[in-house]
Amino acid sequence: MRVQRIPSPHTEKKPEPEVDLSLLDPLISKYRNKKGNMIPLLQGAQAIYGYIPRGAFLKIARETGLLLSEMYGVATFYAQFRLQPVGKYIIRVCHGTACHVQNAGSITDALKEALEVNDGETTADGMFTLESVACLGCCSLAPVMMIGEETYGKLTGRNAVKVIREIRIRESRETDKTKQS
Amino acid sequence: MTTDQPRVIVGLGSCGIAAGAARVYEKIRNLREAENLSFSLEKTSCVGMCYREPLVEIIDETGSYLYGNIDEDRALEVIERHIVRHDPVREYMVRTDLFRTVDLDFLKGQVKIALRNCGMIDPEDITQYENRGGYEAIAKIAREKISPEKVIGEIMDSGLRGRGGGGFPTGLKWRFARNNPGDVKYIICNADEGDPGAFMDRSLLEGDPHSVLEGMIIGAYAIGACEGVIYCRAEYPLAIKRLNIALAQAREKGYLGKKIAGIDGFDFDIMVKEGAGAFVCGEETALIASVEGKRGMPRKRPPFPAESGLWKSPTNINNVETWANVPWIINHGAAEYAAYGTEKSKGTKVFALTGKINRGGLVEVPMGITINDIIYKLGGGIQEGKKFKAVQLGGPSGGCIPAYLGDTPVDYESVNATGAIMGSGGMVVMDETTCMVDMARFFLDFTRKESCGKCTMCRIGTKRMLEILERITEGKGEEGDIEKLEELAHLVKEGSLCGLGQTAPNPVLTTIRYFRDEYEAHIREKKCPAISCKALLTYTVDPEKCTGCMVCAKNCPVNAISGERKQLHFIDQELCIKCGVCYTKCKFDAILLD
Repeated sequence: MRVQRIPSPHTEKKPEPEVDLSLLDPLISKYRNKKGNMIPLLQGAQAIYGYIPRGAFLKIARETGLLLSEMYGVATFYAQFRLQPVGKYIIRVCHGTACHVQNAGSITDALKEALEVNDGETTADGMFTLESVACLGCCSLAPVMMIGEETYGKLTGRNAVKVIREIRIRESRETDKTKQS
Repeated sequence: MTTDQPRVIVGLGSCGIAAGAARVYEKIRNLREAENLSFSLEKTSCVGMCYREPLVEIIDETGSYLYGNIDEDRALEVIERHIVRHDPVREYMVRTDLFRTVDLDFLKGQVKIALRNCGMIDPEDITQYENRGGYEAIAKIAREKISPEKVIGEIMDSGLRGRGGGGFPTGLKWRFARNNPGDVKYIICNADEGDPGAFMDRSLLEGDPHSVLEGMIIGAYAIGACEGVIYCRAEYPLAIKRLNIALAQAREKGYLGKKIAGIDGFDFDIMVKEGAGAFVCGEETALIASVEGKRGMPRKRPPFPAESGLWKSPTNINNVETWANVPWIINHGAAEYAAYGTEKSKGTKVFALTGKINRGGLVEVPMGITINDIIYKLGGGIQEGKKFKAVQLGGPSGGCIPAYLGDTPVDYESVNATGAIMGSGGMVVMDETTCMVDMARFFLDFTRKESCGKCTMCRIGTKRMLEILERITEGKGEEGDIEKLEELAHLVKEGSLCGLGQTAPNPVLTTIRYFRDEYEAHIREKKCPAISCKALLTYTVDPEKCTGCMVCAKNCPVNAISGERKQLHFIDQELCIKCGVCYTKCKFDAILLD
C-alpha cells in the first residue's frame, strides 16, 4: 500500500545537505496560479535537486499558497518522488512480468550484495542508489536494468555486478585525474 | 531525399536504443562521412520485432531489405557489402520482398491498423505521416461535412471497443460525453501504461504519435471538446519527447489550434501531462484526480467522467491504441474495420508478446485468432524447445490461461470466460520452469504495493493474501490455505471500489483454477514442481558426474559441501542455504536440483 512510502518516524534522520533554493524561482513563477500545478512543481523541484528537499516544500508552499500537507500527501503517493538525496548513479532494476519470469530477482540480490545496500537505499559513498521499478518496457531484453540513460539487457547477476565495478573503476580514475590536476 | 540513392533506415525505438541502435546509427553516419558514401540515413521507430533489435532497413532500387541483430561491427559489414558492393547480406536478413526468410511468419499473420505506420515512418517528421494518408481523416470530415453525430455513428458501427482493457464500446462512450451538457468538455488520452510486461502504448507513441493526435482531434470534433490531455507515464521519456515534437508540428500546420481543417468553431489543443508513477492512475477517476494535481485515488461512479470529469466538466477518456484506430476507421469506413474480428469483438488488437517466447515483440492481430496461433505461428514457439505451460493475459488484473486452453480465440468474451481478461495487451508466455504459485505471488505483491489504500479490502485483503502465498512458496503452507485464499479473493473483489481491487485476485483465482495441483504440491509435499521456489529446492551431488574438482566446495558461502579432491562431494542439507552457487559454478552439471 502506498502509505509505505511515508518515512517512518523511527528511522534515523540524516542531516540534509544545503541546497540553493533560488534555483526554484523560475519554476515557481512558471506554475504559480495555474490549475493542477502541484505535480509539475514537485516534478520540477526533483529535476533540479534529484529529490525534493524539505526547504523546497516550504518555499513552494510559502510562495504558491499550496498546502504543505497536500504536497506531502502527493509526494508520498507517487513512486516517482523522493524525499531523500540519491546517489550519483541510480540503478533501476526492472521487475516487470517478463523480467520476473527471466529471474530479475537474482539481479537485485546480486546488486544488493555487491553494493551492501537494500532496495531503495543509497551506498555510503553516495555513488549508487538501488531501485526496483515496475516495467521499463524493454521486455524482449529481459532481465533489464537501467543506469542513468543507459539500458543493460539480458543480464545475469554476475554481469550486472561487473557493470557496477566498471563504473566504480571509471569514477576512481576520474577522481585521480582531478586530484592530479 | 532523392529517389535514386539508397535509403538506410535505423529503428530507434526505446527497445532498439536499449539494444544499441543509437550507437549503430552513429557508426553508420560516421562511416558515411568518412568514406563519402552516397545514401540517405533516416530514423524510424519500432516495427515490433523486438527479438531482432537493433534493426536496419536498406531500400534500394531492387527492393527493401530488413537486417536484424545489427551491432556496430555488423553495421559496417552490411553497409560495405550492400551499399558499396551491391551484394545484400543474406545471413542477417530478416525480411525482404524478394525471397522467403525465417521471420516471415512473424509478419504474415498480422494485420496492422493501429500500428500501420510504426517502423515505416520517421515519427519526428509530420510530412512522412501525411504522405501515408495522415490527417486525411480530419480533412475528409471537413470536406464531406460529416456531422459529429455521423462520426460517432461510424465509430459505433465499426464495433471499436476500449483497448485499454475495459472493452467498453467507444462510440457509446463518445455519445454520452457529447449528449451531456457543458460549455467546456475535455478528452483525455490514457497513456499511463502501468501493466508490467506491456509496452504497446509506448511503441505506438514513439513510433506514430500523429495517429494518436489525429484520433483525438476527431474525438474532440465528435464530442465537442475544446481541450485534450495526454496523460503519459514519466517512465517513457522518448514517447513524451516525440509527442511534444508532434504537437508542435501539428500546431504549426494548423491541425491544432483555431478553426481546425477550416471547420468553423472547431478550436482544440492538446497538452501532455506527465504521470508520476502510480498504477492506479490507469483508472479513469484516479487519472482525472492526478491530472488535477491530486493524489490519484479513484472515486465512486456515478457520476461518470462523461458527466463530471476533469474540473467537473464532461470528459471522455480513451486509451492510446483506441485513439490510433480512429483515423483509420474514418478513412476506410466502419464496414472494413468490422470485417476483421469476431461477432462481438471487431477489428484488431495489439499484443506485447514476451516471456519465454522465441520471437518476442509487438504484434497486431485480428480478434478471434487463437492463443496457439499467436504463440506458435507468430511467436515461433517456446525458447530452448521447452514446454508451453501457460500464458498470462491482462497483467495484474488478468489471469493465467493454461496451455490446454490454447485454442481459445482472443476476443473479449472468450478470454473473460477463462477467468483472465483481455487487458491492455500484455501477453507473457511461461514455460515449465515458471512456478504458478510464485506468479500469483508476484502479481499480488504488485497490486498490494499499488493499492491506493482507500478501500479496506484492497488495502488489507491483498496483504493477507500475499502473506499466505509467501508462506506457501516458502514451504510453510498449511491445509486450508487454498480455501482461505479463495474466500479472501471473493471479499476483495466485492469490497473494492475500482478495477484495481476488483481484479487484483484474478491471478490467484486463475492459477488455483488451472494449477491447483501445484498449490497442493507446495503445501503437502513441500515441493515446487517447476523447480523455481528457492526455499523448496534440494541440492544434491550426482555421484555419476562429480569429478571431485572442489569448485563447488570452495564457492559455497556456508561451507556446506565437504569432500576431498578427486572424491565424491557431499552437501549437508542442514547447513545448505539454497543459494544455488554450487549449481551455477559446477562445470560438469553434477549438482542435481529437486
